[in-house]
Amino acid sequence: MKVKYFAWVRERVGKAEETIEPPAEVRTVGDLIGWLSARSEAYAYAFEKPKVIRAAIDQAHVKPDAAIAGAREIAFFPPMTGG
Amino acid sequence: MSVVATIRIQQADFDVAQEIAALSKGRTDVGAVVSFSGICRGSEQDEPIAALTLEHYPGMAEAEIQRHAEEALARWPLQGLTVIHRFGRIVPGENIVLVVTASAHRQAAFEAAEFLMDYLKTSAPFWKREESARGTNWVEARDHDDAAAARWTKS
Repeated sequence: MKVKYFAWVRERVGKAEETIEPPAEVRTVGDLIGWLSARSEAYAYAFEKPKVIRAAIDQAHVKPDAAIAGAREIAFFPPMTGG
Repeated sequence: MSVVATIRIQQADFDVAQEIAALSKGRTDVGAVVSFSGICRGSEQDEPIAALTLEHYPGMAEAEIQRHAEEALARWPLQGLTVIHRFGRIVPGENIVLVVTASAHRQAAFEAAEFLMDYLKTSAPFWKREESARGTNWVEARDHDDAAAARWTKS
């Protein structure tokens, strides 16, 4: 699946997007945050406050308990500040 | 006739008068047009800022605004609805966002415009970064924006 990062999450991870293949036990958005955080210090820094991180699956907002099975695109970003 | 919202996510500036005219010109069924313009301020908490840079999530930004535009059209009797949100670098005094609503009467137009702005602030995937003498930093989300959006979910 494709993962996208925006704003300071993107800056901390050091890339705007990538393709990942998490193991089967990574079932939810929250699990994915945990799995990504364990990859390197950059990811750990980006996700150091998981409660602050917002997520979207296939361009719609989701909660951390949302299942990632079948997702084409998952995005992580800080709370929005547009308008 | 069903009303279709006009939604544009663009780097270029927009002409507020032209967008208002597009919803009302040549019509006799529109009795009220409300427009809200969000404009880049030159200071934030007494600190001068040089510019804002808006990052967005292409695709989702349009989809999220479309979802809320459809909800507004379902909740209020609107005859026209336009939402424009810019991205990229914007200097103080320039437009950032525009919401225009047209209805037979003012209440629907006012309420729908406010509803859309409240949701744009909290759920449209845009992020502002400020440039000032101290460097650049990401603008933090505000709790009162969440509270403003939440009041529309009460019956």
